[in-house]
Amino acid sequence: MIPELGHFALILALGIAFLQTVAPLLGYQRRDAKLLAFAGSAAQAQFFCIAFAYACLTISFINTDFSVAYVAQNAHTDLPMVYRVSAVWGAHEGSLLLWMLMLSGWTFAVSVFNRRIPAELSALVIAVLGVISTGLLLFMLLTSNPFDRLFPVPMQGRDLNPLLQDFGLAIHPPTLYMGYVGFSVAFAFAVAALITGKLDAAWARWTRPWTTTAWIFLTLGITLGSWWAYNELGWGGWWFWDPVENASFMPWLAGTALIHSLAVTEKRGLLKSWTVLLAILTFSLSLLGTFLVRSGVLVSVHAFASDPARGLFILIFMAVVTGSALTLYAWRAPKLATVGDLHLFSREGLLLLNNVFLVVACAAILVGTLYPLVLDALNLGKISVGPPYFNAVFLPLMVPLFVLVGFGAVVPWKKGKAGETWQRLKLPALFAVAFAIVVPLALHGQAALLAVTGALLGAWTIVAASQDVWRRIRAKPSLVAGIASVPRATWGMTLAHAGLGIWALGVAFVISYGFEKDVRLAPNATTEIGDFTFGFVGAQEAKGPNFTAQQGEVTIERGDHSVTTLYPQKRFYPSQRNVMTESAVDATLLRDLYVSLGEGFADGSWSLRIYVKPMIRLIWLGGVLMFFGGCLAASDRRYRLARAADRKLALDGGTQAA
Amino acid sequence: MRYAIPLVVLGVLLAFFTVGLKRDPRLLPSPLIGKPAPAFSLPVAAFPNTDAAPLKLGNAEFAGKPYLVNFFASWCAGCQVEHPYLMTLAKQGAVTLVGIDYKDADADLRQWLAARGNPYAPILVDLDGRAGIDFGVYGVPETFLIGADGRVLHKHVGALTPEAFERDFKPLLGAGS
Repeated sequence: MIPELGHFALILALGIAFLQTVAPLLGYQRRDAKLLAFAGSAAQAQFFCIAFAYACLTISFINTDFSVAYVAQNAHTDLPMVYRVSAVWGAHEGSLLLWMLMLSGWTFAVSVFNRRIPAELSALVIAVLGVISTGLLLFMLLTSNPFDRLFPVPMQGRDLNPLLQDFGLAIHPPTLYMGYVGFSVAFAFAVAALITGKLDAAWARWTRPWTTTAWIFLTLGITLGSWWAYNELGWGGWWFWDPVENASFMPWLAGTALIHSLAVTEKRGLLKSWTVLLAILTFSLSLLGTFLVRSGVLVSVHAFASDPARGLFILIFMAVVTGSALTLYAWRAPKLATVGDLHLFSREGLLLLNNVFLVVACAAILVGTLYPLVLDALNLGKISVGPPYFNAVFLPLMVPLFVLVGFGAVVPWKKGKAGETWQRLKLPALFAVAFAIVVPLALHGQAALLAVTGALLGAWTIVAASQDVWRRIRAKPSLVAGIASVPRATWGMTLAHAGLGIWALGVAFVISYGFEKDVRLAPNATTEIGDFTFGFVGAQEAKGPNFTAQQGEVTIERGDHSVTTLYPQKRFYPSQRNVMTESAVDATLLRDLYVSLGEGFADGSWSLRIYVKPMIRLIWLGGVLMFFGGCLAASDRRYRLARAADRKLALDGGTQAA
Repeated sequence: MRYAIPLVVLGVLLAFFTVGLKRDPRLLPSPLIGKPAPAFSLPVAAFPNTDAAPLKLGNAEFAGKPYLVNFFASWCAGCQVEHPYLMTLAKQGAVTLVGIDYKDADADLRQWLAARGNPYAPILVDLDGRAGIDFGVYGVPETFLIGADGRVLHKHVGALTPEAFERDFKPLLGAGS
């Protein structure tokens, strides 16, 4: 009964989504306020329908109702409760439902927080979101219904993929999706602006917090994914340039560019058509990511069971959504062009450069990701593009970007002065050079080129980015007054840029000074890696709720004192006859000690994989700082204060139009 | 006019996707099927002993019994996925498993095998990917079933799964003799 209710709610949601699209568009054409107002109610009703359907699927999982095919494929009676709830998005159908829940959630949020947006614009935004919603609901109901029944009902389910039975992975996809889907709001704003032809500073100010919020989630999702891969794949790596990783990284790069170009559009009214294009591209790249994962056109560890019918549907959907947005763009964007002065040596000029580097980096990754597919389509053979290509094109593009970050915070809008900039940046530059020479030598006794470059760029970014805040605080009589006087947006920017610098430090150090060793150790044997002595005590049986494991015990000493004891596991999940490595990590900010269990031998010895990874935590700390920076920026006071002013402006605009 | 450029780019991309969609990268019919396996003669990997005498093995040494040729590499994520199953296969001993380490560093290979175990009867090293080209490998992992008469009977692209082995490989194991 419950699955049928869920199915019915989805069908109802499809009807509402259709109305949510058509009514506001008609209302806009006929200038009918009632039809426009319908948009908000439809968005809210749709959200409740989908939330209800989602709850139905969750209940089916909790009750392990194996008469639902999707539950039978992804659950097991031994599955712990937490993973029954997270198993809802463990495969294609359910993650699509989660996508829909988020899309309708974002639309719901637009319909609630729209008071400072002109009614016309908010209705059009909701209508555009309705188009996306209609398409995805059709997709779900026609090709991937999570509520399909299964007869005869199996006694036991096939269980959730053990890879996904990990807390990090349980929350990684939803966060990532929140980001992907969140960019649909920026997309809808862009399309609405193209329809109305009105794109001004107020539009940019409305769009900015939505974009930043989506970016926050995507940043967190990517960081979590990287952290998860490191802990769970037993591989010690944090980024693999896998097509699916690239699929999440491309919208991130485009979204980052969008955030920066929106700043220019808001402050200076420049780069309008570029901003709109970026908004369209960012969401299109999110859709592309979905297509690549679902359709199976590329081989990847992440690939879900693929189905050509699904791939074709997403392709058509992408063609309709992106194609019509870009057609609209080709038609209407020329009217948005502004004649304004743009000096290259000004904040907007540097932001434009930043956009160029970000978009080129994004394009380079797109080329690398799609190259195998294009070659194949042209019958030129099948190849795979690996990390060598991506590292070679991506890292050099990041260098100028990092240099720019330091300047961006210091050079003023409109026109910068070289002398003044030099005065403000000479100390940070000096500090960065000193840091880059001293720190690698002091910590590791040798200066690798990559470590020095990374330390230089990282320190430069952190110090130059903090300059602005520092100067603002110093200008005030007391520290407290100073801290309070800095706007949240400035704090956010500083924090995010500092996070970027910390990330660069982590990357450079982990690549330059990491140790890896594979050893076969008999019980009570030891091995030395760096300054650490790893002692293998032995391995024994351990039992979990739905797996059995071999658990090793490894003591780690440095000099004479004990550092820690680690318990890596090798787990066997009987329900899917699957073996998983569960590595054990001892982490501090300066280094990780990482042990994973390999193969056991008859004499009681085991092969062990041991890593010493200096500063790898900084990579994720950087991501987390960017996340918090984004949170601060999105909640800046001026978005709330500007309400009254915007409403007045919107009213004036409305009178003129009428 | 320049505002229409993004639309044109999208059109080109969509055209490629449409073609790409019709091709399943996992189900790639190999032109080699039914033909004699490409001749190879590759050095045996220095594992577990680093100082073993360099030795080359080729088709001739494996003839007379069906065997699997598994292209893998330590840098390949898909290989990691199939590795536990290869270990199981090796333990069952149903078929000889010849590993060809594709474009890989020697030290990485040793680390990889030491940490995970070695399912392969011999491991051959294809440093420059020449054997990979002869076999038409476009990505690792790929697994070929070679019959007792030296003909290629089946090719599997991507991680080898128990289902794929039972379905595609097992029925062919008796053939070709």
